[in-house]
Amino acid sequence: MNFSYTLFIPLIPLFVFLFLGILHTKLKPKLAGTIGVLGLSTSTLLSYYTAYKYFFEVGKVDGVYQTFIGAKTTWINFTELLHIDMGVLLDPISIMMLVVVSTISLMVHIYSLGYMKGEAGFNRYYAFLSLFTFSMYGLVIATNIFQMYIFWELVGVSSFLLIGYYYDKPSAVAAAKKAFIVTRFADLGFLIGILILSYYAGTFDFQILNNPQGAIISNGIGASFMGLSVITWALILMFVGGAGKSAMFPLHIWLPDAMEGPTPVSALIHAATMVVAGVYLVARMFPLYYFIDGGFVLQIVAYVGAFTSLFAAIIACTQNDIKRVLAFSTMSQIGYMMLALGVSGYDGHEGLGYMASMFHLFTHAMFKALLFLGAGSVIHAVHSNLMKDMGGLRKYMPITNITFFIAALSISGFPFTSGFFSKDEILSAAFENSKLIYFVGLFVAGLTAFYMFRIYFSIFWGKEKTYKHTPHESPLSMTIPLILLAILSIAPGYIHFSDFISADRGGFEAHLNYPLAITAVVTGLIGILVAYVFYKKENNIPEKVSKTFGAIYTWTYHKFYIDELYLFVTKKIIFNIVSASFAWFDKKVIDDSMIGIGDATINSSEKIKKLQSGKFQDYATWFILGAIALVLYFLYKN
Amino acid sequence: MISGISIYHILTLTTILFFIGIYGFITRKNLIAILISIELILNASVVNFVIFNTYLYPDMLQGVFFSIFIIAIAAAESALAVSIIVSFYRMLASVDVKDTETLKY
Repeated sequence: MNFSYTLFIPLIPLFVFLFLGILHTKLKPKLAGTIGVLGLSTSTLLSYYTAYKYFFEVGKVDGVYQTFIGAKTTWINFTELLHIDMGVLLDPISIMMLVVVSTISLMVHIYSLGYMKGEAGFNRYYAFLSLFTFSMYGLVIATNIFQMYIFWELVGVSSFLLIGYYYDKPSAVAAAKKAFIVTRFADLGFLIGILILSYYAGTFDFQILNNPQGAIISNGIGASFMGLSVITWALILMFVGGAGKSAMFPLHIWLPDAMEGPTPVSALIHAATMVVAGVYLVARMFPLYYFIDGGFVLQIVAYVGAFTSLFAAIIACTQNDIKRVLAFSTMSQIGYMMLALGVSGYDGHEGLGYMASMFHLFTHAMFKALLFLGAGSVIHAVHSNLMKDMGGLRKYMPITNITFFIAALSISGFPFTSGFFSKDEILSAAFENSKLIYFVGLFVAGLTAFYMFRIYFSIFWGKEKTYKHTPHESPLSMTIPLILLAILSIAPGYIHFSDFISADRGGFEAHLNYPLAITAVVTGLIGILVAYVFYKKENNIPEKVSKTFGAIYTWTYHKFYIDELYLFVTKKIIFNIVSASFAWFDKKVIDDSMIGIGDATINSSEKIKKLQSGKFQDYATWFILGAIALVLYFLYKN
Repeated sequence: MISGISIYHILTLTTILFFIGIYGFITRKNLIAILISIELILNASVVNFVIFNTYLYPDMLQGVFFSIFIIAIAAAESALAVSIIVSFYRMLASVDVKDTETLKY
């Protein structure tokens, strides 16, 4: 089967980026926006066509989905086996990611036409969006771990550029820096992991690494370190990189601040695509994670995911900035995906967690992008991020209201929405594996419903406000993506995901687990009910409750002081103690020795420049003395 | 071969001659005198060529040829040097070696 055209899926956004980037001062904003949207539409159509062709025209061969290499070229050749390739790898999860990235990116491109209208640097914005989309495509279709790493950094760069889009705002600049440094710090772990893995395995290639019958998994690698095999250590380090990108505790601190970027960017990068790269990484390397050392690393993944999802959900209940609530909600949901991967098995129905994680990734991308875009629409109308500036907006913005409501239902796991199906799969996978993780997941489901309806009621119901400018519904370019995404927040639930994506690629039959589903729905409804009582009409219950919790509330409101802890560690300990000694060494030893060499050169040249007198008899004297000295040396050398 | 005079005597003579030339080259102030000192050095080496040829390889002639060759070159070199000195004199009205320092710049 020929998939070589898939090369154009990433290349079109790249060309658009170069075109808009070079001509961004010359083009009219309208033209730039049109070029961006058209370019991405082409990539999106190609992605959909690829998905159709892969799943339906080619389908399963011998009962499993095959891996195709659309295009491949050797980029750097180290040895016969170890070389870095650039190429396109097509398998179920990469194609699913292509569809997710294309869909969300296209929606955001269209939405931004309205949202960013009249902003200075509109063309720059579209150029960066294209750069991001290109990088994300490159990441998901990577044929080897090193290509993935390169694009991994590229999405980091484009995220940095887009968070810092309002570069005249100090908070945005600080947030961009923070996001870049924190993820870059985590990527150090990823890089070391790659180096260890490739050193011992002798290859970067996913197909060789992940082959369950392959030498690496069946034989293992002899070397071990501190009781675990080196491959396990490599996988742990790679998970650190994934945790940084996916904002897992304790590397999550950048994500809430990243909300300084334009809202569509938050929807695209910090909700739907880039932040799930960590989940995708674990899913991509899943056979290694599962088979090496009996899935030891997966245990870590599961507990980190479960803890983050709980931790973030609790914080989300107390935040007042709607985008921050959504950011914490994203962290919580990504924690869900991680825990699902962590509890997953490999063969057939055992691999329920894997499939559930990918399923949730898909549905979450849709409804979370919708929530962000809806929030963007509200912010566009009210000119504020804070919940206290909003209220009673349902009268002014009917479409935003309805679509936001659908998304909130979906994330709360209300029956017949897509979130209901994917959450149910995750919870049943967790239930089979670990009761503790299951109950954490269930509790988080309740919290999710609560905080989501907290913001829903606060924005669209609650107390009537008097607005300086009467809010009005957003333009068509913004409402159409909202409506499309609202459909996509419900429809994907009815796809039989397990037919397409499973750990062993064979597919299996997944059923709704009714007792668990009903428990989850009831928990979600309780959350919604509590939010209804608290926030439907203005009252003082929330205040009373927060007073009852007192210190705990303040603690949570300040995000458990994790940021302060980081600042303390970096500023007080690292900057003052560690960096100060390095700075001393740099100044006193390295700088001074360099300055010393320079001074010595100047001084000695001052001395010897007198030899250059211009008197040729002096030169002759030196020449003759030298000649005599040489003669004497050779005569008496022995 | 000259009876009664060994090669060492003549080599001593040419060495003295050579170093007189060197000494003159370094210490003289007059450019003409320096040129004459160079001639002394050349002459010392010419004599050496002839002497080595006569004492060590009496049936060969290369040393003699070389000495003629050197004399020819010395003549050409003297002509060149004198013309430089003349033009130098025209420029500065002096043949003192100290004034040649101005050529440095």
